[in-house]
Amino acid sequence: MHPGIIFLGVIIGSVLFHIFTPWWWTDIASNWGAMDDTINLTFWIGGGVFVLVCLFMVYCIFMFSYKEGRNVEYKPEDHKLEKILTIATTVGVIALLAPGLIVYNNYINTPKDALQVEVNAWQWGWQYRLPGEDGILGTAQVAKITDDNPFGINLDDPNGKDDILIEDDVLHLKTNRPVKILLRSLDVLHNYYVPQFRAKMDAIPGILTYYWFEPNKIGEYEVLCAEYCGVGHYAMRAKVIVESEDNYQKWINEQETFSDLIAKQENDKLKITIVAKSNN
Amino acid sequence: MSDEYNQENKPLEAQSSETMSGTPSKDIDYVRPAELPEQDLYHGHSFITKWIFCQDAKVIGVQYFLTAVFTGIVGLVLSWLMRLQLGYPELVPFITAEHYYQFVTMHGMIMVVYFLTALFLGGFGNYLIPLMVGARDMVFPYVNMVSFWMFFIAVCVLMASFFVPGGPTGAGWTLYPPQAILPGTPGSNMGIILMLVSLSLFVIGFTMGGLNYIITILQARTRGMTLMRMPLTIWGIFTATALAMLAFPALLVSCIMMTLDKMLETSFFMPTILQAGEVLDYGGGSPILFQHLFWFFGHPEVYIVALPAFGIVSDLISVHARKNIFGYRMMVWAIVGIGALSFFVWAHHMYVSGMNPWFGFFFATTTLIIAVPTALKVYNWIITLFRANIRMNTVMLFCLGFIVTFVNGGITGIFLGNVAVDIPLSDTYFVIAHFHMVMGIAPLMVIMGAVYHWFPLVTGRMLSEKLGKWHFWFTFLGAYSIYFPMHYLGFIGVPRRYFEMYDSPYVTSATGMNEFITVAALIVGFSQLIFIYNIVASLSIGKPAGKNPWKANSLEWLTPEVPPAHGNWGEKLPVIHRWPYDFNVPGAKEDYITQTTPPSEVISAEVEKT
Repeated sequence: MHPGIIFLGVIIGSVLFHIFTPWWWTDIASNWGAMDDTINLTFWIGGGVFVLVCLFMVYCIFMFSYKEGRNVEYKPEDHKLEKILTIATTVGVIALLAPGLIVYNNYINTPKDALQVEVNAWQWGWQYRLPGEDGILGTAQVAKITDDNPFGINLDDPNGKDDILIEDDVLHLKTNRPVKILLRSLDVLHNYYVPQFRAKMDAIPGILTYYWFEPNKIGEYEVLCAEYCGVGHYAMRAKVIVESEDNYQKWINEQETFSDLIAKQENDKLKITIVAKSNN
Repeated sequence: MSDEYNQENKPLEAQSSETMSGTPSKDIDYVRPAELPEQDLYHGHSFITKWIFCQDAKVIGVQYFLTAVFTGIVGLVLSWLMRLQLGYPELVPFITAEHYYQFVTMHGMIMVVYFLTALFLGGFGNYLIPLMVGARDMVFPYVNMVSFWMFFIAVCVLMASFFVPGGPTGAGWTLYPPQAILPGTPGSNMGIILMLVSLSLFVIGFTMGGLNYIITILQARTRGMTLMRMPLTIWGIFTATALAMLAFPALLVSCIMMTLDKMLETSFFMPTILQAGEVLDYGGGSPILFQHLFWFFGHPEVYIVALPAFGIVSDLISVHARKNIFGYRMMVWAIVGIGALSFFVWAHHMYVSGMNPWFGFFFATTTLIIAVPTALKVYNWIITLFRANIRMNTVMLFCLGFIVTFVNGGITGIFLGNVAVDIPLSDTYFVIAHFHMVMGIAPLMVIMGAVYHWFPLVTGRMLSEKLGKWHFWFTFLGAYSIYFPMHYLGFIGVPRRYFEMYDSPYVTSATGMNEFITVAALIVGFSQLIFIYNIVASLSIGKPAGKNPWKANSLEWLTPEVPPAHGNWGEKLPVIHRWPYDFNVPGAKEDYITQTTPPSEVISAEVEKT
């Protein structure tokens, strides 16, 4: 069998696989449809180039297989052809890059009305902090983290007092409202990734990173850690629940603020003191 | 051997090579005389100086090759274990998550650094550079010998890390701190230290070899071998080595800094960290700094592997298609241009790393610019096939396999280089599929093609074509069916470096594909036994190759003895009259004109000036 037939089979097989694949994107649940569009555009242009180049190759090996005394072209260079190919490739590359950069520009510019959510990551788990009524997150430091202050919030910072603390890996979000995810890590690199939202960013100890998206489909989504973080990496999951405004309000009203936590702890201390005294 | 030195005592600048227009000499075969006298080489006398601590670049090349292949086999076995865990976890209950991450790490590091880099530059570079540029040996043969033994020690240290308490490091081949040196990662004590030491030794040894390659190519070319007459293999190796000389220091400093962070608790890369409820003694360091240093090395590293492959495949295609490589000068500038640009694209590995997001615009643009010269190289390869006279032998099959896998992997590279597209795809199986296709399978195709091509030169015997073709189809079709479908796992969103394919509803659909990929990986791996058998058997029963069995033009086939002896060239160095791609020149009797053929012997050939 001529090897060209097998190469042709590989190309046709690749195209058919692409058309009939059952493995494709999960249904998008955020505003980043433009990312999918850019990928599809890249598929059309890139896939077209792949098919054309490979077909030309197959054509050549069919047509010009070794034959004694075949008339072979001797033409070291062809400036005109080289120029055409350079320009065509450059145009193709610009067509791919330009929309990509526009989408990226949206990605790094968070809308002003975005709801802030701080994600805390550690080996191996997640917790969340939301700003309270003042809409501002209090400053926090890894070094200040204790059992009584699980987020390391600066006690002197008045903005931190009404912060809502969620010591659980389930995060609720309201639908059709942009969310700015602020990422903090307590130890190593992590990455808060929901495939259906498309967006992701690493959490890095020592600095604050961010990304944003707008969830637009009610439902439950699995969060995966997408940056290798040690032996528990594959088990580092969490959950995001996107729900309607009302349900979200109900949920948030049940959550504890930092001052609630402090009050509860002092209460506990008091109780212990009282118990200790009465035991004397 | 200085008899030819400036015999006529003319001032050198008054002389001109025949390539320049208006040659003053009437003799059409005139090549300007050597400017420096030759030096004699050290000839080994004992078994040890001839074969072990050997200063002959050809032997050193084979030593590099065999050592690299040994590490490659270790890497291959590790990949099987990983694939078994991913496809059939119930068959391998002894593989724990710790083991899995150790396999991932060692597989990656071995394949990229100790296998591919050492094989292309240490192996092919050492063997081919002196032969192809017409030198008797590398310019510093002793340093060259030390280079190999440093590499050998580096490999020993790396392999030793499998046997220390805690095992080898499981930090991922990128070794990102803080995780790499904290207890949450397997092998975070001796394992990571040995890895960092081994890499440092590798860089030191490689610098010695690399200086040799560059200086030999610049200084020791024979008469008439102008830079623009060098085979593209040499251009590829030359540029890759220059990249390595500039990129490896970044790896070395990051290794040294991380060793200090680990052993002396400095904080180059370590910020304040809370572990197990306690704040560690670190503070103020930057994990992102390490990533910048690592990828400043890591991205040029991709091209350190790719450029020699580009060069070699160009030569193989030209020889076996019996046609000149199309657009030689553009090929040269593309190699040099890609090499230079490769230092400005590193942060495309870090789009979601938390670096300043504005970098994304710059690095996406530079990355996509690199696609242009790369695409031009691809066009030139396939245009070379057009109206050629293609021998469909094993070497050519591997070249065609290279083109298919490289174009495939190159195009998925455009996905990942375009920052907005990279965001959903980064850290998924799409990335794994992309880089295995483009810098795993594609260069491997070239390596295997090159072995079939140059085996007759090295050993004096041909490899079996029949076995070669079986080997090719198993390897090519098998590898393609591993990595082509794997892209689609990335679309689903399956993250990389996951020990278990978990029960998420949208990922369980991937189980079948994982099993398929594992089976394909095992088949491809085992089919390499055909290759090994072919090599071992052909050493004794292969058909004797004779001189220049492929009817190639380049200098390595034109040595007085086959296989070439120490010193390569007998009494006199060869003199070069043309580029190595004069195939099927109109008017010539044969379908090839070797580089040493003087114009007077092929007077009727209508050769274009090169």
